Amino acid sequence: MKILVSVKRVIDYNVKVRVKSDHTAVDLTNVKMSMNPFCEIAVEEAIRLKEKGVASEVVVVSVGSKSCQETLRTAMALGADRAIQVEAEDGLDSLSVAKLIAKVAQEEAADLVIMGKQAIDSDNNQTGQMVAALLDYPQATFASEVVIENGEAQVTREIDGGLQTLAITLPAVVTTDLRLNEPRFASLPNIMKAKKKPLDVKTPADLGVEVGSNVSIVSVTPPPQRAGGIKVGSVAELVDKLKNEAKVVS
Amino acid sequence: MSVLIIAEHDNKSLKPATLNTVTAATQIDAEVHMLVVGFECQTVVEQASQVAGVTKVLVADNAAYEHQLAENVSKLIVDVAEGYGHILAPATTTGKNTLPRVAALLNVAQLSDVIKVESADTFVRPIYAGNAIATVKTTDAVKVLTVRATGFDAAASSGGSAERQVLSQVINSERSRFVKEQLAETDRPELTAANVIISGGRGMGNGDNFKLLEGVADKLGAAIGASRAAVDAGFVPNDLQVGQTGKTVAPDLYIAVGISGAIQHLAGMKDSKVIVAINKDEDAPIFQVADYGLVADLFDAVPELEKSL
Ligand SMILES: Cc1cc2nc3c(=O)[nH]c(=O)nc-3n(C[C@H](O)[C@H](O)[C@H](O)COP(=O)(O)OP(=O)(O)OC[C@H]3O[C@@H](n4cnc5c(N)ncnc54)[C@H](O)[C@@H]3O)c2cc1C
Ligand SMILES: Nc1ncnc2c1ncn2[C@@H]1O[C@H](COP(=O)(O)O)[C@@H](O)[C@H]1O
Repeated sequence: MKILVSVKRVIDYNVKVRVKSDHTAVDLTNVKMSMNPFCEIAVEEAIRLKEKGVASEVVVVSVGSKSCQETLRTAMALGADRAIQVEAEDGLDSLSVAKLIAKVAQEEAADLVIMGKQAIDSDNNQTGQMVAALLDYPQATFASEVVIENGEAQVTREIDGGLQTLAITLPAVVTTDLRLNEPRFASLPNIMKAKKKPLDVKTPADLGVEVGSNVSIVSVTPPPQRAGGIKVGSVAELVDKLKNEAKVVS
Repeated sequence: MSVLIIAEHDNKSLKPATLNTVTAATQIDAEVHMLVVGFECQTVVEQASQVAGVTKVLVADNAAYEHQLAENVSKLIVDVAEGYGHILAPATTTGKNTLPRVAALLNVAQLSDVIKVESADTFVRPIYAGNAIATVKTTDAVKVLTVRATGFDAAASSGGSAERQVLSQVINSERSRFVKEQLAETDRPELTAANVIISGGRGMGNGDNFKLLEGVADKLGAAIGASRAAVDAGFVPNDLQVGQTGKTVAPDLYIAVGISGAIQHLAGMKDSKVIVAINKDEDAPIFQVADYGLVADLFDAVPELEKSL
C-alpha cells in the first residue's frame, strides 16, 4: 500500500504574528517557519503504518516555492521515502492546491492520502475534503485513530458532539486531528540520510493543472484589542465585580 | 439569486448555530432557503420552517442521510445548487466536513469561518488563530461559506412560515459507512450556545478535579470547557476543547481556571464579553485578556467561588 502525505510550510506555531503596516498581509520576513503541526501528525501516522508493515511506501508532497523543500526534507528525515515539490507561489488558494495534490495522488496511484485537518496560517480546514471530492474518494476528517484492515480504513473522528467512527474503502483521504499521535523528532543520522533521498520537482503544467482563484484579499488587519482588565484581590471582590460592575452574575 | 443554508441538526432538533447562519444569510439576500438533510427528521423540518427569515425549506429525509456522510450530502447539495448565489453552513465539524466538497465539486473557492458580511461578495474571516483579520472578495458564481456562529446574532426561532419542498434524490455512497458514535451526554447547555462557560486547563491536575468546576457551573447554569492540554491529558473528552482547533465560543462570561492562555486557546474565547482568569502564576498570558484576574491557587479559589455564588 502506498501513502501520499501532504505537508505545508507555515509560520511556526510559537511565533507572535504581526500584520504589515500597509494592511496587505501578515509579515513573514525573518519569521521562523516550520511544518504545519497537523502535517507532522500526518507524516507520523504514515510512518507508523509503514513500520507496522501496512504501508510499503510513504511519499510526501508540498505545493509552494523552493523553500518548502526544507519541509519535505524534514518529512524524509522523519521517515518518508521520497518527496515531490510542486513548484508554485506560496499562498496558493486551497482549490488549486487540492487539484495539484489530487493529480499527484492519481499519478502515484496512492491508496491513502493523509493530510492535516487545518493549516495554522490560513485556518481553512478544507484542502483535504476538496482533494477527496475531486477524486470522488471517501473521506474521514479530523481523525484521532486510524486502523487499516481489509482494504478499508476504520477512522475515529473528533466531532463537536464527541467521537464518530466511519469505515471508508481505499483509496481514500484522511485528515488528522491533534490526538491522532505524537510526532517523533528527527535524529541527526536520519537528517543526514534525508539529504540523499529523492526529491522531484514538478510544475502545475507538468501535472496539467491550471491554477488560479477568483478570491482576492482586500485587507489584512490586526484584530481588535481587548481593553486591559484589572486584578482582583479576593474571591469576594471578584464576585462583587461580576454582580455589580459587569452584571453577568445575578 | 437566493441563499441556501445547510441546517445543522441531529435528526431531532435544529442546532442553535443554524440560527446565527440565518442572520448571516439575511445580510446577503432576502430570499433564504434552508436544506434539511437527515433521516426521520420531521421535527427539525418543523423547527426550520418557523425560523424568521427562512422562506423555503428543502427536505431530504432518507436512511441514506441518517449520519449526514459528506460523500452523500455534498452531491445532494450540488444537485440542488442551481439558482443559488450563496451556499452557507455553520462552521461546525459537520459543516467543515461537507462544504469544502461542495465547493470543489462546483469548482469554486470556500471561505471558512466567516465572521462578518461586508456585502454579497465581500466577507471577513480570521486567519492565523485570529491574530489577523482578512477581508476577502470573491467573484465566484456561487459563493460557498462556512459561518462562525459567534460572529452573528441568532435569528428568531419562531415567526417564520416557510413553504416546504420535498427532495426525492437518494445518494448513497457504498464507500463510506457509519460504524458507531460516542456522544457526550450532558444536562448542561451546549458549549457553543452557553451564556456562561467555566473552562479548566492543565492546572486542574486530573479529571476528578473537574468536579470543582461542576459545582460552580451548577450555580451559574454554565457549560464546561477545557484547554487542549486538559483534553490531551485525558482529564475530559475532546468535545470540550476550546480554541483555534477546537470550538469557538463567545459567552457573556468565560471563566478560565488553570489555563495559561496560549494563543491557540485565546483564539477560541477572546471574543467573550467578560473574561475571568484564575491562575496562580501572575505572569500567565491569560491575564492580558482577562477583565478580572485572580492570582490564586485554584484549589482554594474555586471552592470559595462556588460558596459565594
Ligand atoms: C496546532 C496546535 C493547535 C492547538 N490548538 C489548541 C486549541 O484549540 N485549544 C487549546 O486550548 N490549545 C491548543 N493548542 C495548545 C496550546 O498551544 C497550549 O499548549 C495549551 O492551550 C495549554 O493548555 P493549558 O493552558 O491548560 O496548559 P499550560 O500552558 O500548562 O498552563 C497551565 C496553567 O495552569 C496554572 N496552574 C497550575 N496549577 C495551578 C493551580 N493549582 N492553581 C491555579 N493555577 C494553576 C499554571 O500557572 C499555568 O498557567 C494547540 C497547539 C498547537 C500546536
Ligand atoms: N501548499 C500546500 N502544500 C501541501 N499541502 C498543503 C498545502 N496547503 C494545504 N495543504 C494540506 O492541506 C491541509 C489543510 O490545509 P487547509 O485546508 O489550508 O487548512 C494541510 O494540513 C496540508 O496537509
